[in-house]
Amino acid sequence: MSCEAGVSLDAWLAALAEPGTVRPVLNAPNPVLAREGDEVDPTDPAVLRLAADLVATMRVSRGCVGLAAPQIGESAKVFAVDVTGHPKAVTVHGTFVLCNATVVSATRWRPGREGCLSVPDLTGDVKRASRVVVEGALPGTGEPVRLTTDGFEARALQHEIDHCAGMLFLDRVAGAHALYQRKVYL
Amino acid sequence: MDELAITVIGRDRPGIVADVAEALADLGANLTDSTMTRLRGHFAMTLVCTGPDAGDVEAALGPLAVRGRLLATVRAVGPEEVTTPTGEPYVLSVHGADRLGIVAAVTRVVAEAGGNITDLTTRLAGPLYVLVAEVELPPGTAPQTEERLNAAAAGLGVDVVLRRAESDVL
Repeated sequence: MSCEAGVSLDAWLAALAEPGTVRPVLNAPNPVLAREGDEVDPTDPAVLRLAADLVATMRVSRGCVGLAAPQIGESAKVFAVDVTGHPKAVTVHGTFVLCNATVVSATRWRPGREGCLSVPDLTGDVKRASRVVVEGALPGTGEPVRLTTDGFEARALQHEIDHCAGMLFLDRVAGAHALYQRKVYL
Repeated sequence: MDELAITVIGRDRPGIVADVAEALADLGANLTDSTMTRLRGHFAMTLVCTGPDAGDVEAALGPLAVRGRLLATVRAVGPEEVTTPTGEPYVLSVHGADRLGIVAAVTRVVAEAGGNITDLTTRLAGPLYVLVAEVELPPGTAPQTEERLNAAAAGLGVDVVLRRAESDVL
């Protein structure tokens, strides 16, 4: 891996000149959400357009801190994350999109409540690693990125990587009493 | 001492728990285990208590049931049998488009594997049906059970995940 995140992510975002298109978000039980996404070529211009669309759609969706390609109907291992300004976030890397990302290290498991734009009526308690190292590639240049993060951003990354594998938080809820009807919509 | 198994269900409104709990407390009933929740606008209570006679509880809940438009049942059951779990704990998650028979098909697979369901919740959220169950499976049977669950899920067009339950003690 060539570099830690930070600098390269900022440069990447500046290079994302093309404004994305806001796309409709699919809800479960749409089968695309349950399908494992394909690995992508991060240098493919279509993947860069998909990245721009994910960022654009994430930005107009209230309370949305991450969005994966299957959620906008593309069965691909690409997702956007931005936890900037979120009260639960400690480490924040700003807005970024990763391709073919995997968790290479996961420690300090903690329970936490999760919701999902694609499961609007339910939330659930899910145990996730609160420190992770994630490796992926930036769309466009294909530059490899190794990202170390914690807390809420780590949770968001794991949630999105799950989406790319065809998994929802519903597949990871802690038990029969860990699923809740959403009472407050953002 | 015998225990009473009590169920109360009615259209949700403020005060149901207070009314029922007060009636039981007045009879000296010791509320041992209970679970109470709202199910699609109905409030459902399942209680186990010790102390009073079933007849006394029925008499106390009768007027409340009429006045509060509740459906209450009371049944004396034997004392608790201490059972130690012999299986391995798993969490089973199922979700997909709502259709008839999801719970029946999935729980039948668990039963045929000799598994015991200890807790189960289902939620219907728009077109999405979700089932989460806590299950004890006989040691060594999980891989085969998972295979059969996947086959049943494929037939129903739903997704199923069986995973080992957390056993951390903090």
